[in-house]
Amino acid sequence: MTRRKRSVLPGFGLTLGLTVFYLSIVVLIPLSTVFLKSGGMGPSHFASVAFSERAVAAYRLSFGAALAAAALNSVFGMLVAWVLVRYRFPGRRLMSALVDLPFALPTAVAGIALTALWAADGWIGRFLDPLGIRVAYTPLGVTIALVFVGLPFVVRSVEPVLEDVGRDLEEAAASLGAGRFTIFRRVILPAIAPALLTGFALAFARGVGEYGSVIFIAGNIPYRTEIAPLQIITQLEQYDYAGATAIATVMLLLSFAMLLAVNILQMWRRRRMER
Amino acid sequence: MARRLLIAAALAFLGLFVLLPFIAVFVEAFRQGVPAFLDALAEPDAMAAMRLTLLVAAISVPANIVFGIVAAWCITKFEFRGKGLLITLIDLPFSVSPVVAGLIYVLLFGINGWFGPWLRANGVEIIFAVPGIVLATIFVTFPFVARELIPLMAEQGRDDEEAAVSLGASGLQTFWHVTLPNIRWGLLYGVLLCNARAMGEFGAVSVVSGHIRGLTNTMPLHVEILYTEYNFVGAFAVASLLAVLALVTLAVKTLLEWRYGDQIQGMGH
Repeated sequence: MTRRKRSVLPGFGLTLGLTVFYLSIVVLIPLSTVFLKSGGMGPSHFASVAFSERAVAAYRLSFGAALAAAALNSVFGMLVAWVLVRYRFPGRRLMSALVDLPFALPTAVAGIALTALWAADGWIGRFLDPLGIRVAYTPLGVTIALVFVGLPFVVRSVEPVLEDVGRDLEEAAASLGAGRFTIFRRVILPAIAPALLTGFALAFARGVGEYGSVIFIAGNIPYRTEIAPLQIITQLEQYDYAGATAIATVMLLLSFAMLLAVNILQMWRRRRMER
Repeated sequence: MARRLLIAAALAFLGLFVLLPFIAVFVEAFRQGVPAFLDALAEPDAMAAMRLTLLVAAISVPANIVFGIVAAWCITKFEFRGKGLLITLIDLPFSVSPVVAGLIYVLLFGINGWFGPWLRANGVEIIFAVPGIVLATIFVTFPFVARELIPLMAEQGRDDEEAAVSLGASGLQTFWHVTLPNIRWGLLYGVLLCNARAMGEFGAVSVVSGHIRGLTNTMPLHVEILYTEYNFVGAFAVASLLAVLALVTLAVKTLLEWRYGDQIQGMGH
């Protein structure tokens, strides 16, 4: 147990006060409007707008595509992290910088660029179109946009843990006759599992709420390629504040659940590291 | 053998999903040559969008720098109950969809919002005007500086500051002469990421802006308008400026990690 000790440094009251004040006016009070407004709607009204047929189709797309993209990113993100941590090769630093590009590139820019690539007459789409594969304006396009925005979350979550996985453990396993795949499955994967799950959860959460990079490539066809955040905007444009708020409430609750999951995962990770 | 294969697979994945879109921005921007590119940028609405983007970043980034430093000082230099909760709440904007971030300000300040009638009676415009854009941007960039500084300052402890104070330095002197030099690279790192997001934010700003050309269109919003009007060269020309911003951000970030990796500790993640 650590004892609370009094700091000799000045400014506790002032900085804590300012932090809480600023946090309240910028984040907490504005966010509370969503819950107060949807709380005032009454349960049956709320349910009818939050779970209208069109809204449910939008959740299904947003959640489904985010899930698929996070799964894909888990595989390839792990691969990229592995290569960055374990191998030294020319251009490695450049590759590492490339991983952060989706963080740095504005989402609207990514959105129009992805559309230019994957549209039926685009750079890549023109080769897929004759094969009957449509990417842009389908759920597949939404997934590709979410792969783009989610990748750094997985790589940056897994990388530091992979660095810590001792090679001696792998060597011990190998000397006992374990094959490469067995070592990966029995030694490495369990060690990085919490970090990988954290990256997955972060990528998923980001994907569900993502807007800018998706709307251009999605085509926004109601019931088919309309994502949940776009539903909010559509409702707002019709001055249907209640409808927009109801959908926002569902999304916020999901975000909070994901945030909680990530925190629990990180606690799990810390406890494991202490062992 | 396996090594080469894995590197090649990683490169192929990154090339296809990350690098290629980035390259496409520039190729599409110059599709009709340099003059068309320059014309698109010199257009008055594009210039107005650039000015607005710079203005919004110039207000929201410093606001979050001050907050980030204050919050990090409070969290890392003192022990108090509820610290964990406070850190979680500071990170909250990262897990909120940008569109929801815009919506909450509409619910507060829009015509039918809590303060809507009062604002209208007093002739104050927030939604569909610059203040709303600034607020939404502050919200989405809120955690960047703080979450960069908190692990860094926690790692550095408070011995240096305590020594300074015991030698008679005031709080502000201690911060200015002791803490700030210790955290400068980490701070710069946080500011860099905060600025990139502030200038590039789309979803949140899109909800509160009203898309009035030449008045409330930031650069990303202007990209959208041009694109939906099938002015692809114009859209990609403005987008290429934002892509250059991303490139500069990444270059400085990589440089900072390389030169001062031990002094910006904590991020990268």
